[in-house]
Amino acid sequence: MKLFRTIAIAGLALAALTGAAMADITKVRIGTEGAYPPFNYLDSAGKLQGFDIDIAKALCAEMKVECTFVAQDWDGIIPALLAKKYDAIIASMSITAERKKKVDFTDKYYTTPAKFVVPKDSKITDVSAAAMKGKTIGAQSSTIHANFLNDLYKDSSIKLYGTQDEANADLAAGRLDAILADSAILLEWMKKGDGLCCKFVGPDFNDVKYFGEGAGIAVRKGEDELREKFNKAIAAILANGVYEKINKKYFPFSVY
Amino acid sequence: MDFDLLIKYGPKLLSGLLVTLQLVSTSIVLGAIISLPIALMRLSKNRIINGIAYSYVYFFRGSPLLAQLFLIYYGAGQMRPLLQDMGIWWMFREAYYCAIFVFTLNTAAYQAEILRGSIQSVDKGQWEAAQTMGMKYWPTFFKIIMPQALISSLRPYGNEIILMIKGSAIASVVTIFDLMGETKLAFSRTFDFQVFLWAAVLYLVMVETLRITWEKMERRLTRHLRQVSDQ
Repeated sequence: MKLFRTIAIAGLALAALTGAAMADITKVRIGTEGAYPPFNYLDSAGKLQGFDIDIAKALCAEMKVECTFVAQDWDGIIPALLAKKYDAIIASMSITAERKKKVDFTDKYYTTPAKFVVPKDSKITDVSAAAMKGKTIGAQSSTIHANFLNDLYKDSSIKLYGTQDEANADLAAGRLDAILADSAILLEWMKKGDGLCCKFVGPDFNDVKYFGEGAGIAVRKGEDELREKFNKAIAAILANGVYEKINKKYFPFSVY
Repeated sequence: MDFDLLIKYGPKLLSGLLVTLQLVSTSIVLGAIISLPIALMRLSKNRIINGIAYSYVYFFRGSPLLAQLFLIYYGAGQMRPLLQDMGIWWMFREAYYCAIFVFTLNTAAYQAEILRGSIQSVDKGQWEAAQTMGMKYWPTFFKIIMPQALISSLRPYGNEIILMIKGSAIASVVTIFDLMGETKLAFSRTFDFQVFLWAAVLYLVMVETLRITWEKMERRLTRHLRQVSDQ
């Protein structure tokens, strides 16, 4: 019985502690993917780098909170947030109706359209669902791009990959006829190495139903205080020029 | 229980189950064919022949299946011009064939060891008895030794198939929609952990069916070894 009492007291103490922490947020754990260059990736020293990471650091500085980062596979990134492995996701996650059922989002912090990429010698010029019939198209799993392809390109063969890099590698290897992904990601990839194989084709895709309202920060439902803090910080770094500086570091064009 | 989930994704899970069964059965059968010469090489007294077979088994048993699949799938992608010249790119282009290729080589290594162990476990007296009857080496091997070896390897074979069924979930990382692939897809649309539970149940059903079949098979094949009072 004594053991039970000890556990019960420890539990109460813990509840009191976390309750106190809730009142004034001082520490935020941020989940990100770490395999989505140039937005978030691990450098050669194994440290997280990229646009998302710089934005996150700027937001934390603005909010005057201490932030720690957790790298998490994309497939499990929302479940891990719900399991309280971290408090917010800053990982280029698009704000979509489907995801809003599970998590809350802040305002967007950037938007870039989705585009198709094909090998340079490809004869594909029309990327409509009808024209892509019978073609093999790749995308990263659990993404807006995967959902869009699965729902609208029913006559194409859709291949889904754990990371964007793997889909890119398979396009370069000739296993895919095309991939659909975020244009900023693809632009970065096509600058060097494998990526030289390929070119953009077709229009920008930004239908809100599938591609959402841009990338936002996801928090657990009901954590309005944290969400509001992020929203204020996003507005602040947009206004004070910090955002523009980070934007310029990665892209020659505005991504907001 | 969420019946909407079952209605929407149940058929997909079942089609994934079919892919898993195809993958596993094809690999196990092809692996069994390859494993016989490897096992014989392992039994050889020639050190070079034995060494080659040993290295093969050592590599495939000593490294993770996931690493082997990645190596072949993405490695082949990088060596496409060479493979095209050799005329075998069509095989390495398809994730499905890559998975069968890797699974076959992997299970062949395990099966070869099972076979070698069970051949060695047959009593020396059986060889000697066959010899006194004037039987030659190969007829003795195939008609006297192998049938007895196969009986004692039945159980380890069953274990190997079970390991393959579970190991085949790895195919989902190279875009194959096997049971695990369909499960992950359903999860990514619903974020409902139930789909993993259903997938686990399906894996369990496969393994349990196999286990019961194996037990029946073993009882029947070893009936001559039992005492009358046991039956």
